[in-house]
Amino acid sequence: MDLLEYQGKQLFAKHGIAVPSGEVADNVEDAVAAAERIGYPCAIKAQVLIGGRGKAGGVKIAKDVEEARRYAADIIGMDITGPHGEGPFRVDSVWVEGGSDIAEEYYASIILDRGEKKLLAMVSAKGGMDIEAVAAGNPADLTKVHIDPTAPFDAAAARPIVASAGLAEDALDKAAEVLAKLAEVAREEDATLIEVNPLIVTADREVVALDAKVTIDGNSLFRHEDLAEIADTVDDPQEQMAKEKGLTYVKLDGNVGILANGAGLCMSTLDVVAQAGGAPANFLDAGGGSKAEAIVNALEVIKSDAKVTAILFNIFGGITRCDEIAKGIVTASGQIGLDLPLVVRLDGTNFEEGLAILAEANLPNLHQEKTMLDAARRVVELAATPPAADAGASE
Amino acid sequence: MSIIIDGSTKLAVSGLTGREGSFHGLRNKAYGTDLVAGVTPGKGGQDVEGTPVFDTIAEAVSEAGANTSMIFVPARFAAPAIDEAIESGVETVIAITEGIPVLDMLSTYWKAKEAGVRLIGPNCPGVLSPGKANVGIIPDRFFDPGPIGVVSKSGTLTYQIGNELKQAGTGNSSIVGIGGDPIVGSDFIDILKLYEADPDTELIVMVGEIGGDAEERAAEFIAAEVSKPVVAYIAGFTAPPGKQMGHAGAIISGSSGTAQAKKDALEAKGVRVGESPTETAAIAVETLRGL
Repeated sequence: MDLLEYQGKQLFAKHGIAVPSGEVADNVEDAVAAAERIGYPCAIKAQVLIGGRGKAGGVKIAKDVEEARRYAADIIGMDITGPHGEGPFRVDSVWVEGGSDIAEEYYASIILDRGEKKLLAMVSAKGGMDIEAVAAGNPADLTKVHIDPTAPFDAAAARPIVASAGLAEDALDKAAEVLAKLAEVAREEDATLIEVNPLIVTADREVVALDAKVTIDGNSLFRHEDLAEIADTVDDPQEQMAKEKGLTYVKLDGNVGILANGAGLCMSTLDVVAQAGGAPANFLDAGGGSKAEAIVNALEVIKSDAKVTAILFNIFGGITRCDEIAKGIVTASGQIGLDLPLVVRLDGTNFEEGLAILAEANLPNLHQEKTMLDAARRVVELAATPPAADAGASE
Repeated sequence: MSIIIDGSTKLAVSGLTGREGSFHGLRNKAYGTDLVAGVTPGKGGQDVEGTPVFDTIAEAVSEAGANTSMIFVPARFAAPAIDEAIESGVETVIAITEGIPVLDMLSTYWKAKEAGVRLIGPNCPGVLSPGKANVGIIPDRFFDPGPIGVVSKSGTLTYQIGNELKQAGTGNSSIVGIGGDPIVGSDFIDILKLYEADPDTELIVMVGEIGGDAEERAAEFIAAEVSKPVVAYIAGFTAPPGKQMGHAGAIISGSSGTAQAKKDALEAKGVRVGESPTETAAIAVETLRGL
C-alpha cells in the first residue's frame, strides 16, 4: 500500500524526523486558507501516488494569496501521468507547506532488498533529481549499504554510510540520525520502501525530509490501525466493492472480464487473453478454496464495470472445487441477472461434477471450453460481438 | 529419488487441530506421508484421527521423531511458529500460511539460515514427491512419478502445467512450490541445486512471475551451474505497470522485474520460455524426448 506524501510525512514526524509543517486540502478555498495560515512563500503540492509530479506541473511555490489561489485551482483536479506512462492519476488533494530555505539537497532511502533478504540503505549527495539517472550516470554517486538484520541500526551505525556518500561534514550527525530513524520506520511501521528525495539541509543546518514516498506491507495492516484506515479509502468503485467483499481485484482498461483462481493462473489468463487479441478488463483472483458465495460476489464486481462485454472463468481446481464454482455461476445468474456471454473453463478437482451442474442449469449465455487457450479465443470473439447479435446466436 | 521429501519424511503439522490444517494434514497422510504429530499449544495430549498432538514442535521431534514441519497457522501467529520450528531440531520447515508480514520473514529467513534449516515458503502450496510423500496442499491426482522436476512461485499454474505433463504421459520427480512472497525461505536457485544433484531428475521446469529478480538470478545460475535442460514459464506479461512511486526497486536489482525482462534474461542464457502453460508443457515433453 502506497502512502501519499503527507501521510508519509506524518509517519516521519511520529518517529521524530523533521518535516516542514503543512496542511492537506481537497478544495481551493481550504488550500488558500491553509496558505494564509502558513505564510508565503509556501509550496502547493499535488498529492498523487506517482513520481515526476513536479515536471508535470503538480508542485508550485506561491508567493502570495493570488498565486496560492491560482496554483491550487490549477492543481486540484488535474491529471498527472507518471514518467513511465502510468496513470493518469487525478489529483484529489494538495499539501500546502511552508517554504524551506534549502542549502543542500540529498537523497536517502531504505528499501527491502528481496534478493539479498536485507534492508538496503541508499544515500546520495546528489538529491533533488531523478535518482535513477544519477545512479546510471555515475554509480559512485549513490552509496548503497545493506543493514545487518541481526544488529540494531542506530545513528552510530548510519554515520559511516552518510559520510561515505559525501554529505557536508557539519550535517553528518543529523543525517545519520535521520537515516537510522528511516530504518526504524521500516521496521516498526512495516514499510518496504521509504524514499526521501530531497532530504535537505537548511540554511541553519537542520536536516529535513522535504518529500516522502512510503510503501507499507499490506500484510501488516492488522497491527497498524492508523494505516489500515488509509487502506480503506479506495477511489475506484469496482476496487472499493471488491475490497468490501474481500476479493483481490485490480481494474484494467479492457472489456474482457476475468475470473481465475490463484494469482499465477490469473496473470497467465490475462496473458493468454491478450495473446488471443483481447483486452482484459480486470485481474480477479478468487483465491484458494472459493465457495459459491465468493463466486457470486466476484461476478457482481466484474459485471458492475460497464466496459465488460464478456466474462472468462478460468478455474483449475486444487483446493478449489469445481462443483462449488459451478454452483456459484448458476446462483449468480439467477441472483444478479447475468446476461453477458460467459465462457467457462473448469478443470481439476471435481470438474466432472462442476460440468454436470452447468449442463443441468443450461444457461443460454454460457459457453464451455476444455482448454485455457480455446476459452481465451472464444471469449475474445464473444467480447467483440455486439450484444444483439450474440443474443441471436445463442438461441 | 526426489528432493526435500520422500519415504523417510516424518511430518509434524502445526495447526493440525484447525480446519484447514486437519483437512490437508490428513489428506497428506492418506497419500502415504508419514504423519507423526500435530502441534497446537494447549492441546497436547489430544489426537487428530489417531495422530498425537503436542504443545510444542520440540516435543513432536523428541517424542514422535518428526524431521519435517509443516506450518498451517494463521498469518499473525505464523512467523513465531516458523521460528519455533527452526529451533526445534527438524531439518525442513514448509510454511503454507499466506499473508505473513514481510518484515517478520526478514528475521525468520536469517534464523533459518543460521540454524541450517531448509525453509520452503511461506505462502506456498508445499512439496509433492509423487508416489512417495506430499506435504502441503498440492492436489496429487494431477501428478505422476517421472523425470521432470518442477519449481514454481505459483500454485494453480503448477497444477495446470503438471496436468498437461501427465496427459502427455510423463511425470515428476518432485514439485516444489517456493511461494510468491517477496521473501521466501528457498529461492529458485536453492531448488535448482537440489534438482541438479538428484539422479532421477532429467529436466527442470521453472515457473516464475513478475516482481523481484529471482528469475534473473536463476538465469545466471543455470548458465553457470546447471547441466540439465531447464524450460521456463513466466506469468504476468499483461500485468499493469502499477503505481510505481519510488525508483529504488529498479536500482537494486538492475532489472525492471517485468515478465519480459525475466523472459529475456532466461532466453539469453539458453533457457526456452513457453508462451503459455500449454506450450511450456509441450516444450518440456519435446525436450525430454530428445534427451
